[in-house]
Amino acid sequence: MSAFRTQTGGRIDRTRKVHFTFDGKTYEGLQGDTLASALLANGVHLLGRSFKYHRPRGILAAGSEEPNALVAVRRDEARYTPNLRATQVEIYDGLQAQSQNRWPSLRWDVGRINDLLSRFFPAGFYYKTFMWPKSAWKSLYEPVIRRAAGIGKSPTLPDPDRYAQRYAHCEVLIVGAGPAGIAAALQAAKTDARVIFCDEQSEMGGSLLSESAVSIDGLSAADWVAQSLVALARNPRVTLLPRTTAFGYFPHNLIGLNERVTEHLAQLPEHCARERLWQVRAGTVLLATGAIERPLVFAGNDRPGVMLAAAARTYLNRYGVRTGSRAVLVTANDAAYQAALDLGAAGVSIAAIVDVRKNPGGELHAAAHRAGIEIFAAGTVLGTRGSLRISGVQIGQVDGSGAVHFKRSIACDLLLMSGGHTPSVHLFSQSRGTLSWNEALESFLPGTPAENQRSIGACRGVYALSAVLEDGAAAIAPQRFTVTATVTSPSGWLGALPRPVDSHGAKAFVDWQHDVTVKDIQLATREGFHSIEHIKRFTTTGMATDQGKTSNLNALAIASDRLQKPIPEIGLTTFRMPFTPTTFGSFAGLSRGDLFDPVRRTPVHPWAAQRGAVFEDVSLWKRARYFPVGDEDMHAAVNRECVAVRSGCGIFDASTLGKIEIVGPDAATFLNRLYVNNWSTLAVGRSRYGILLRDDGFIYDDGVIARTATDRFHVTTTTGGAARVLGMMEDYRQTEWTDLKVWLTSTTEQWSVIAVQGPNSRRVLEGLVTGVDLSAAAMPHMSVARGAIGGVPVLLFRVSFTGELGFEVNVPSTHGQAVWEQIFAAGQAHGITPYGTEAMHVLRAEKGYIIVGQDTDGTVTPDDAGLSWAIGKAKPDFVGKRSLQRPSMQAPERKQLVGLINVGSNVPLNEGAQVVETRAQAVPMTMIGHVTSSYYSAVLGKPIALALIAGGRARMGQRLYIPMPGGELEVQVTAPVFYDLEGARIHA
Amino acid sequence: MMLIQCPWCGKRDENEFVCGGTTHIARPPSAVTDAVWGAYLFFRENPKGVHLERWRHTWGCGQWFNAARHTVTHEILAVYRMSDPVPDLSAGGAAS
Repeated sequence: MSAFRTQTGGRIDRTRKVHFTFDGKTYEGLQGDTLASALLANGVHLLGRSFKYHRPRGILAAGSEEPNALVAVRRDEARYTPNLRATQVEIYDGLQAQSQNRWPSLRWDVGRINDLLSRFFPAGFYYKTFMWPKSAWKSLYEPVIRRAAGIGKSPTLPDPDRYAQRYAHCEVLIVGAGPAGIAAALQAAKTDARVIFCDEQSEMGGSLLSESAVSIDGLSAADWVAQSLVALARNPRVTLLPRTTAFGYFPHNLIGLNERVTEHLAQLPEHCARERLWQVRAGTVLLATGAIERPLVFAGNDRPGVMLAAAARTYLNRYGVRTGSRAVLVTANDAAYQAALDLGAAGVSIAAIVDVRKNPGGELHAAAHRAGIEIFAAGTVLGTRGSLRISGVQIGQVDGSGAVHFKRSIACDLLLMSGGHTPSVHLFSQSRGTLSWNEALESFLPGTPAENQRSIGACRGVYALSAVLEDGAAAIAPQRFTVTATVTSPSGWLGALPRPVDSHGAKAFVDWQHDVTVKDIQLATREGFHSIEHIKRFTTTGMATDQGKTSNLNALAIASDRLQKPIPEIGLTTFRMPFTPTTFGSFAGLSRGDLFDPVRRTPVHPWAAQRGAVFEDVSLWKRARYFPVGDEDMHAAVNRECVAVRSGCGIFDASTLGKIEIVGPDAATFLNRLYVNNWSTLAVGRSRYGILLRDDGFIYDDGVIARTATDRFHVTTTTGGAARVLGMMEDYRQTEWTDLKVWLTSTTEQWSVIAVQGPNSRRVLEGLVTGVDLSAAAMPHMSVARGAIGGVPVLLFRVSFTGELGFEVNVPSTHGQAVWEQIFAAGQAHGITPYGTEAMHVLRAEKGYIIVGQDTDGTVTPDDAGLSWAIGKAKPDFVGKRSLQRPSMQAPERKQLVGLINVGSNVPLNEGAQVVETRAQAVPMTMIGHVTSSYYSAVLGKPIALALIAGGRARMGQRLYIPMPGGELEVQVTAPVFYDLEGARIHA
Repeated sequence: MMLIQCPWCGKRDENEFVCGGTTHIARPPSAVTDAVWGAYLFFRENPKGVHLERWRHTWGCGQWFNAARHTVTHEILAVYRMSDPVPDLSAGGAAS
C-alpha cells in the first residue's frame, strides 16, 4: 500500500486491487478509485501540460469541473478517447491512460519554451501578430500554433462501439444526487409520480460521500445515503441513473442525459451499448446541481499540488488518499478549515492557514486554533515555488492601509485553496431562466425560470446541510430533518488576491484550461473590451471544454475591478450545452454508416445491378450512372451509350422522377397559379414542359406535366425536388388558395418510368404496346395515352429529354422490372442499349436542356435560362410573376445561359470554372460568369459546355477565356444548342 | 426540443414539424409597387417576445397551422388553424 493511502476509511474497496498504466508506467489502485485518486495515492501529481504555455499541471478538483487533469484513455487502436477528466475516469484493470499536449515527455516538454516567451503571447496575440503576410497564416503560423497549443488528439479509426438512444417520460426529473436531490427524490417517491433521478458520478450521494462527521436523522451521512438509495431503488416508479450527465436543457422540459454504460468496465460486454443518450420529457425538473468551489487567483496558483480544499477533502474521505504530507491552506471562508482539520487528523502536517479575511472566526476556526495550526488573518499569497510540484509558498499580509507586505516563506507540497462557492446554474441558464445577482452571497442565483422547474440546495445558494435537505424535500412536500453538522457562514473572495502594486511577471491563472491570467483580462479591458462577451472572446477565458466552471466568476470580478463597474453590469456569458463534453457517438446513435440515410432503389435496380451498372447517389436514390461493357471506363461507356441513343435506341430508368397527381375541379386553376405556364389550354392527352418559380421569381423546379383528364394532371418534378415541390404545393393549397378544390398525392413510388429514346424507339414499342396508335400523326411529340404492355396498363408519354424521338413508359411499380425486361427483349432487334444518368446528361446538354440545380442556382429566372417562351403571358398572376417585373430581373446584363465551345483545345472545361472577358488579367480578375455543364460529345466529336454569362445572349460568337491552373483556355460563345439545331429529330 | 400541439394530432416532438416563419402575411396582388412587393418578399420582424408563426406537421398529418410562440422562453401560448383569427393572448399561455 502506498504511503499516501490511508489505513482505513473511504469508499474504495481495499480488497480489490486494480492495475492500470499512466504514460506506460504501471500503477496500483483500488476498486472505486478514479484515475485522479489512484494517481494521487501513488504520489503522482503531474498529469498534463497546459494549453498555451505548456506549464506542468496537476489535479485541481475532484469532479467534473476539473480544468487541468485532461488525459486520453486508450482501450485499443480505435477506442481512444482524448480530453477526459482524470477526476471522472473510473479505473479498471488494464486501463491505459496518457497525458496530453507534451513532447517528448510529460516531465520534459519542449513546448515549455512558450512559458518563457509568454510576454510575446498575450491575449489576442493570434489576431495581431500573425496578420502578415496573409498567405503565411494557413501555411505557416496556424499549423505551428495548432501543434504547439492544444489538447488531445482525435482517434484515427472509426468508432467501433454502439450507442443507444431512448426517449423517456416522467413527472419528476431530478438532476444531481447530493443531499438536496436525494431529499427531493424520497418525497417524490411517496407520490405516484414517475421519477428519473440522475447523477454524473459513479456513486450517488454527492457531497455527502466526502463527509466525515455529519449525521442525518441519527445516521451517518454514508448510511443515510445508502438507506435512501435502497428505498428509492425498490420503488418501481423510480429510475436511478448514476454515471449519467444531464448535459443539455432543451425547450419544454426536454433534458438530454448521457449515460456511460460500459466506460468503467475492464471487459466490454458484447451487445452492450457504450453510452446511452436519454431524451427525457419531464413534467417538473428539479435541479440539484450543487456548487463548485472557486479557486483563488494568485501568482503561481497552477503548480501541481495546488488544489481546491474540498477536493483534497474528497480525496481523503472518499478515496482514502492523502494529497500531500505538508499542507498550507489559503481560504476566504470557514468551510475550508474542515479540510485542514480532516487532513491534519489523517496525519498530514498543516503548516499554516492563510485566511484572506481580516477577522476570521467561527467554530472551525476555533478548532484549528485548538489543533495548534498557525493562522494568518488578512493574509494573501504572493507566489509559489516548485517546478513539477509545489515546494513552497510565499505568504503576505495586508496591513490597515491596504498595503501588502511579505510575511514568510513556508515549505509545503500541497497548497489548498478555497475562494468560496459558485452555484452551478449551467442547466438553469441553458433553460433560459434569468439569473439574478445576490450581493450577500456574491453569486448569480436562479431567478425567474422559463420552464416548469425548480432549483434546490447549493445550486441556488442554500448551503447549510439541514437547509439543503429541507429545500430539496420542499420541492415536493415539506419534511424536517435532524442534522448534526458544523454550521459555517458562507463567504468568499472574487477576483485576484491582494498583492503588492509592483508585482509583475508571475502568472496568476484565472482559467487554467485556456491559460488565461489576470494580466490577460486586464489587457482586454485596456484594449477597450468592456462587455464580458467581448472580454471572453479576446482572452478565450471560459471558452475551454470546461466552459469556465472554475473561472467565470473570477474573470468577471477582475474585469469589474478594472472597469469600476459592478459585476451584474458586466454581465455573465451564456452557458451552453453540453455541461461536460459529450461523445459524438452518443448524439449519432444508430444514424451512421448504412443507417445514416435511407437508400431508395427503383424496381429496375436489380436488373441494372446484374448488368454491371455503376451507380451514383442522386438525393437518396441509387441511379445507374453507366453500363460498362467489358473493360470500358466511364468515358468509353458513355460515348457508346450516347451514340446508341442518337443512332438506334436507348433504354433508361427514369423512375426516380418525382411524380405528383393533382386532382379536382380546380386542378387547372391551381397549376395556373403555381407554374409559369398556361394550363387551361392544355388538352386532355397532351403534356407540356412546366416551370415552377418561387415568389422571388427564380426557378425552383421543372418537369413535364400531362393532363390525363379534365380534372387530373400528372406532374413530374426533378428527382431531388419531389418532396419540396409537394411541400410548396401544399403550402399554397392550405394557406393561400383555400378556395380551390384540389387534392395532391405523391405518386413517385407508384410509377416506374422506362424511357425508350432514339430513332428506333417507335419500332421497339410498336410490337409491344396495345391500345395505342404510336404513329407520328396519332401520337405526336408531347402527347399522352393509356395502353398496355403484356396486359399491364401503362401511361405512355411521347416525350424526350434527349432530342430524339422518344417515349416514357409509366407502369405500376410492381411491374416495373417485368415490363423493362419485355421492352429490352423486344429492342434487341433494334440495337437497344441501356444508358445511365451520365449519358442522359450529355444528351440533354447537346440539346441545351437545363437541369435545375446544375444550370440554375436559385438566382436564375426563366428568361436567364432562355425559357421565357414557357411563360403564359396572359395570366393575371402566378408564383413569381410580380418579381419578374422588378427592373433588376429584366436587366440585360443578367447572367444568361449560353453555350461554349472550345477554341484550339479539345479538353472539356471544368464545371464551375470562372469565365473572364480578356486574356492575362491581373488578380483579382473580373469574372463574368461560370461553366454550369461540360461534357465530351461523342456525336459531335468535341467538348460542349453550358455557361451562365453576364449579358450572354448579346455575346454570340465572342471569344472568352477561362483561367485554369495550366493556363487560359479560349472559348467561343454559342447558342445553348449543339445538336439538331432545327429540332426535327424529336418530331420524327 | 419543443413539444408542439398539432391541432389535429395532439402534442408531438418539434422534429415532426417545420416552421414556416411569420404568419398572417397576406400575399399582395400583382398591382402593388416594387417597394410593397419587396417588403412582402424579404422583410420580416424578428421580435423578442411573442411571435405569430406558421408551422406544418410535415412528418405527421402534413397540415399547416398557426402558433403563438415566445421567442425567448419558447412557450407556445396558443395554436390555431390557418383560417382562425388571432386568439386573445392576454390571458397568457392558455392553449399550450
